[in-house]
Amino acid sequence: MAPLDEERMNGVAQDPVIVAEKLDLTFQTNDGAVQALRDVNLTINKGDFVSFIGPSGCGKTTFLRVAAALEHPTGGTLSVNGMTPDEARQQRAYGYVFQAAGLYPWRTIAKNIKLPLEIMGYSKESQQEHLERVLKLVDLEGFGEKFPWQLSGGMQQRASIARALAFDADILLMDEPFGALDEIVRDHLNEQLLALWERTGKTIGFVTHSIPEAVYLSTRIVVMSPRPGRITDVIESTLPRERPLDIRDTPEFLEIAHRVREGLRAGHAYDD
Amino acid sequence: MSDAAIASSSGGFGTGARAVWDVVLPVVVVVAVIIGAWYVACVPMNIKEALTQAERAGAVVEPAGAKERRDMSAVGLALANSAYARDTLNQERPRLPAPHQVGQELWNTTGGMVLNGKAFSKRSLIYHGWVTLSATVLGFAIGTVAGVGLAIGIVHSRVMNMAVMPWAIASQTIPILAIAPMIIVVLNSIGVTGLLPKALISAYLSFFPVAVGMVKGLRSPDNMQLDLLSTYSASQSETFWKLRLPSSMPYFFTSMKIGMAASLVGAIVGELPTGAVRGLGARLLAGSYYGQTVQIWAALFAAAILAAVLVGVIGLLQRMTLKKMGMVH
Ligand SMILES: Nc1ncnc2c1ncn2[C@@H]1O[C@H](COP(=O)(O)OP(=O)(O)O)[C@@H](O)[C@H]1O
Ligand SMILES: [Mg+2]
Repeated sequence: MAPLDEERMNGVAQDPVIVAEKLDLTFQTNDGAVQALRDVNLTINKGDFVSFIGPSGCGKTTFLRVAAALEHPTGGTLSVNGMTPDEARQQRAYGYVFQAAGLYPWRTIAKNIKLPLEIMGYSKESQQEHLERVLKLVDLEGFGEKFPWQLSGGMQQRASIARALAFDADILLMDEPFGALDEIVRDHLNEQLLALWERTGKTIGFVTHSIPEAVYLSTRIVVMSPRPGRITDVIESTLPRERPLDIRDTPEFLEIAHRVREGLRAGHAYDD
Repeated sequence: MSDAAIASSSGGFGTGARAVWDVVLPVVVVVAVIIGAWYVACVPMNIKEALTQAERAGAVVEPAGAKERRDMSAVGLALANSAYARDTLNQERPRLPAPHQVGQELWNTTGGMVLNGKAFSKRSLIYHGWVTLSATVLGFAIGTVAGVGLAIGIVHSRVMNMAVMPWAIASQTIPILAIAPMIIVVLNSIGVTGLLPKALISAYLSFFPVAVGMVKGLRSPDNMQLDLLSTYSASQSETFWKLRLPSSMPYFFTSMKIGMAASLVGAIVGELPTGAVRGLGARLLAGSYYGQTVQIWAALFAAAILAAVLVGVIGLLQRMTLKKMGMVH
């Protein structure tokens, strides 16, 4: 299916932020070449919340890393705000959240969040302002002076999100940020993330293993399949932007989840 | 942090004191066993000389005549003449001095001299220790700076990694005893004498563990931590100051402990070949010239105590620094 169709479906002019065209990425390893991405075409528009779902090894992380200029494609193009990923990075276009919080143990939470601000040359006062704003955003007010080990896993992950938000990037790339957390904490963080997205209007690329998580959060769900890594389906969510947790019990939600599951199964078909 | 400290901070006074005792007790037992074994070893080691002296003083020993005894087993002699066991522990020039003799000599040449107001006389181990200490510390400082500098270069430059590392490793395969005299002689001939030649030998021995440890430490950040900085477009120097250097601190202190011990060895070795008259190394050498075994052992213990104190100081700095950085809790 052509992934660009939905622009016509929505009928409104959209503002493309991340555009991948015929993207290929092949890793050369000792065991031979690995096609992590093949012929990936995808447009992520301003304000979209796009989830990437698929079995491990299907190139979800690789796609995000190409967008963040941490990997470079071997074929095709990917642009961010009309620029190359490297140029976009120079302009602080995105914040990146890794699977592990990766806070520096020798820095307090506040100092961790200020890390990108220090590097980007924000003034002391401006650093403090940004810090206070994002601490509030992730509900960690009063924890600034704590060291990472003094916080639970969920709080550490929130601090790492705050760090990615601190410098006002319009794009947030998140690679299984809640993968290591238990379900209750995860539900809570999902709710908070949605609220944050609603408030800030950021464009979010989000990798997950969980179908309910993908359906709950996304405006669009990209289903991927491995060997070679490719997009097999793009599912448009019909859920409203306002999403209480119990929306997950509505028939509409279950219908979308079903479609995602079908998509995953179809992608897997010739593995068996 | 030691187990004792963890236990004592988690429990009340009773359990804390108990926990300390649980740690101290094994140490005390081990020390007692070593001292006991040492005393026992003194008897066969010194029995021949003890019997010779006793015989000269008119006693009847079994068998008579130093010549007869020369090729006999020392243990057998000791068993046959157990009455003279005591004499083996208080000889003037024993083969193996007893612990209390070494302790007495240590006291006489340190605390005793302080009490007499002669702390820095030529016979004082404080004086000789000070001479060795200053060369050790100076050499350690040079070695640490060189080691850290090398490590920074190696981590940041492929060329340095390939060009310098093999030489650094090769330098450590040359026996220090072989090149120490050359360093001293060469430097003396160009007019560099005193502290510096010895310190350079110390530096030669201590830069290597520091360089190796720091290379490991500066490379310890994982890919994710490095990628994070990439997403901020951080420069190499920002990556160094904000990530690599702080990450390397535990490695830094650990390698400094090894470097400090190596420095002390270097300083002592540097005091051997010069015909030097100052320093613990010179004390060791003089002791062996004149058969002053008690003096040798006292100097050895002084060196060991010095090493323990120096390494302990670094350990303390390590604890304080890492605690301040929030890396031990
Ligand atoms: N740096 C790399 N070098 C070699 N192969 C890699 C590298 N990164 C990823 N791969 C391979 O590319 C494929 C896709 O990986 P990835 O994007 O991490 O998958 P996902 O995140 O969907 O689990 C996998 O087969 C993986 O082994
Ligand atoms: Mg992944």
